[in-house]
Amino acid sequence: MKTSTKISLNLAVTAALGLFLFWAQGSLDGYKIQILNLIAVNIILALSLNLIYGFTGMFSLGHAGFMAIGAYVCSILIMTPDQKEMLFILDAAYPWIQNAHAPFLVAVVAGGLTAAVAGYLIGVPLLRLGDDYLGIATLGFAEIVRVIANNIPRVTNGALGFKGIPDYANLWWNFGWCLVTFYVIVRIINSNTGNALKAIRDDEIAAKAMGINVFRYKLLSFSIGAFFAGVGGALLASLLTTIDPKMFLFTLTFNVLMIVVTGGLGSITGSIMAGVGITALLEWLRFVENPISLGSFELPGIPGMRMVVFSLALIFIILFRREGIMGMREFTWQGARNLLTGKRRAS
Amino acid sequence: MSADVIIKAEELTMRFGGLIAVSEFSAGIERGSIAGLIGPNGAGKTTCFNMITGFYKPTEGRVLLNGEDLTGRPPYEACKAGIARTFQNIRLFGNETVLENVMIGCHMRQKTGWLQAVLYLPSYVKEERAIRKRSMELLDVVGLADLASEKANSLPYGAQRRLEIARALATSPSFLLLDEPAAGMNPQETQELMTFIRDIRSRFDLTILLIEHDMKVVMGICEQIWVLDYGVTIAQGRPEEIQANPKVIEAYLGEEYVSHA
Amino acid sequence: MNAAMFIQHFLNSLTLGSLYALIAIGYTMVYGILRLINFAHGEIFMLGAYFVFWGLTLVHLPWPVAMVLSILVTAGLGMLVDQIAYRPLRDAPRISALISAIGVSFFLQNVAIVFFQAIPREVYRPEWLENPILMGDVRVLPLTLFVPLLSFFLMMGLVYIVYRTKTGLGMRAISRDLETSYLMGVPVNRVIAITFGIGSALAAASGIMWALRYPQLQPIMGVVPGFKAFIAAVFGGIGSIQGAVIGGLVLGFIEIMTVAFFPELAGYRDAFAFILLILILLVKPTGLLGAKPEDKV
Repeated sequence: MKTSTKISLNLAVTAALGLFLFWAQGSLDGYKIQILNLIAVNIILALSLNLIYGFTGMFSLGHAGFMAIGAYVCSILIMTPDQKEMLFILDAAYPWIQNAHAPFLVAVVAGGLTAAVAGYLIGVPLLRLGDDYLGIATLGFAEIVRVIANNIPRVTNGALGFKGIPDYANLWWNFGWCLVTFYVIVRIINSNTGNALKAIRDDEIAAKAMGINVFRYKLLSFSIGAFFAGVGGALLASLLTTIDPKMFLFTLTFNVLMIVVTGGLGSITGSIMAGVGITALLEWLRFVENPISLGSFELPGIPGMRMVVFSLALIFIILFRREGIMGMREFTWQGARNLLTGKRRAS
Repeated sequence: MSADVIIKAEELTMRFGGLIAVSEFSAGIERGSIAGLIGPNGAGKTTCFNMITGFYKPTEGRVLLNGEDLTGRPPYEACKAGIARTFQNIRLFGNETVLENVMIGCHMRQKTGWLQAVLYLPSYVKEERAIRKRSMELLDVVGLADLASEKANSLPYGAQRRLEIARALATSPSFLLLDEPAAGMNPQETQELMTFIRDIRSRFDLTILLIEHDMKVVMGICEQIWVLDYGVTIAQGRPEEIQANPKVIEAYLGEEYVSHA
Repeated sequence: MNAAMFIQHFLNSLTLGSLYALIAIGYTMVYGILRLINFAHGEIFMLGAYFVFWGLTLVHLPWPVAMVLSILVTAGLGMLVDQIAYRPLRDAPRISALISAIGVSFFLQNVAIVFFQAIPREVYRPEWLENPILMGDVRVLPLTLFVPLLSFFLMMGLVYIVYRTKTGLGMRAISRDLETSYLMGVPVNRVIAITFGIGSALAAASGIMWALRYPQLQPIMGVVPGFKAFIAAVFGGIGSIQGAVIGGLVLGFIEIMTVAFFPELAGYRDAFAFILLILILLVKPTGLLGAKPEDKV
């Protein structure tokens, strides 16, 4: 298939997405729009973790930490000084926190960059560790971020967190960033640099023998992943309009990990499919936790049930379909055409 | 003898705790030659490879490539300096295609990086296309061009060995180390391999050092041979000299054989 | 700080440290054998505590019976988790089992939320544990003496099993080389199951004492002590039982003493362990008593 054909098809899909969003903005109710927004953010988060874990083979459990950094930086920048003055009731904010203000785009980028710098700084010492040790150490990093957020009230407002963060993150911003994330990560993994990352994942020793500076590339992948995790956190903060340290528990990382594993480690297509599916599933499962009224009769909701189903699903996937929905396969236009023409031939 | 030595190992010693894996290994390999490193299992041959390619930092001694001291440099720098290798237990990038495996070998000398890829600059597109072309050419040399889009771990054993060599060649080495290239091959394949090694040596201006158990290969293509036993160099010389050396025979076949012969 | 207060802090450290040590032993034994971080171990600890209070309040069992029963049930649960979630993944990449463990951890935690609700519950301590003993100026809760003592006896029992019984020999053999042990006729799966059982029993004991010492029960109570105990195991050298005990005690002392001497750091208490972890991984990844794993080229 010609490159120009592929480009036109890609543009057509982007345009279709735009039309869909335009329609959704006008026709869907707030709750459904919120779900669409969460889908976009979850895809950003899943793609960024997939770059780190699925494509470079670094088992990182630090996503909640990067998200927290992105969320706090962005929130501080988009809230007005007056708003912050009202918010910091126990301890007044530092003047530089108080007065910092920036437009949404700048704030999200700043959140991403701060997360990337944090990723770089912890990556230097930690990325020498292998597998599970890296996992537990990055998990430790995320916990440390949370504990710090709790203990610097003049920056983060401590355990109270922020309320009333401006809700700039609408469909356009979220899906815009989602497209940016998708484009950047796809370009990287389809380039020869991406091949080098995959080489590290497949066999670190052979990658070294091929002249790849393994540590440098791990650091690169980790920082880029951290950047988009920070962006995801920033968007989430503006989407939910409230954040506090409790929000960035390990559960948050777990949700992202779940999406990546379900979709298939090392498959962009899988992350997107699972990002849509699992976000929708999680919302749908909310009903089991809320009380249901049947006429005069009321069934009490069962709190915790959502995560019970969710974690069982993860265990099942790992036990019975370890490669997830897609394995390492990807959707390609060529593949789609082969499928279609194949079918036509059959009928 | 010291005419034009490309790589020189000077009294390389590797100790693991109390165990001496290799003791004072010295060798100078002439540019353009094919050399062999032999010895019984566990003699320290692969350890020598690992010291030369930077995977182990020798406890003592130096490695010089074209007079440049590479001792203790990480593997990727050794590779950049022109040393490439294959592995005893094939280490391909199994989830990647055959072509991608070779392209990864080209990556080290690539000038454009991820940022140019994201920005889709013409320089990137051009270089990436050149790399693809060169990788296909290399696959052609090893006879795998038809399988370029197959996954590496789906190849049969012999093809995997050849792919590993193609991948090593992609790093544009001047010195190539082959760790048991004929392992698991039948006599016919072994014969082809010998021709192939001679062929790539002249085609790519290589100097080759190989570890091999198959004496037909070693005696057939090596011009210089070093023999290790328990980490000690017990002999060195031309194939005829090695074949006649009682110490070597003893190391391989045991003392009894020598005294009865 | 006067001597009486110091003794108080010392005993508190010892108590907390023994509780960490008991959990850490389970982590270290499983990791030593399967190279698996059993993420669900903290939940096992939590369930051990809940079971006792179920036994006490629902079935009105006497204290000692409830404790022993809870420990047995929890041990069985630990073995069940291995059977269902880890055993099918023995030949899979190591990370698969780890993800499965994370799944089990969330599963048990949320099952507990479904059954017991997320709200913390008060624990009623038996009277004989309530009245402090006065030793000069030092007021000592019976528990601060009871916990280290009982932990000590449990650890002695463990040492006996590991070093004096055939099962223990099997455990040590498997931790050296699983495949060879299998070929040599060690009943690998049974030994692994017993390892999970023992580790879970110790975690349950720790959970019960934890609930008595800090009289509260809640489904997420296992998360933080679980992580910390794992870190203690890494600090001591993962795979080494002595290391886990030392690591647990060291962590107990660090947490209590740092806060005692620098009260302004109290808010960061939960981060100490993670900072310790990152430091130890950087300086001596094998921990105090751990052996270096082989990395073959």
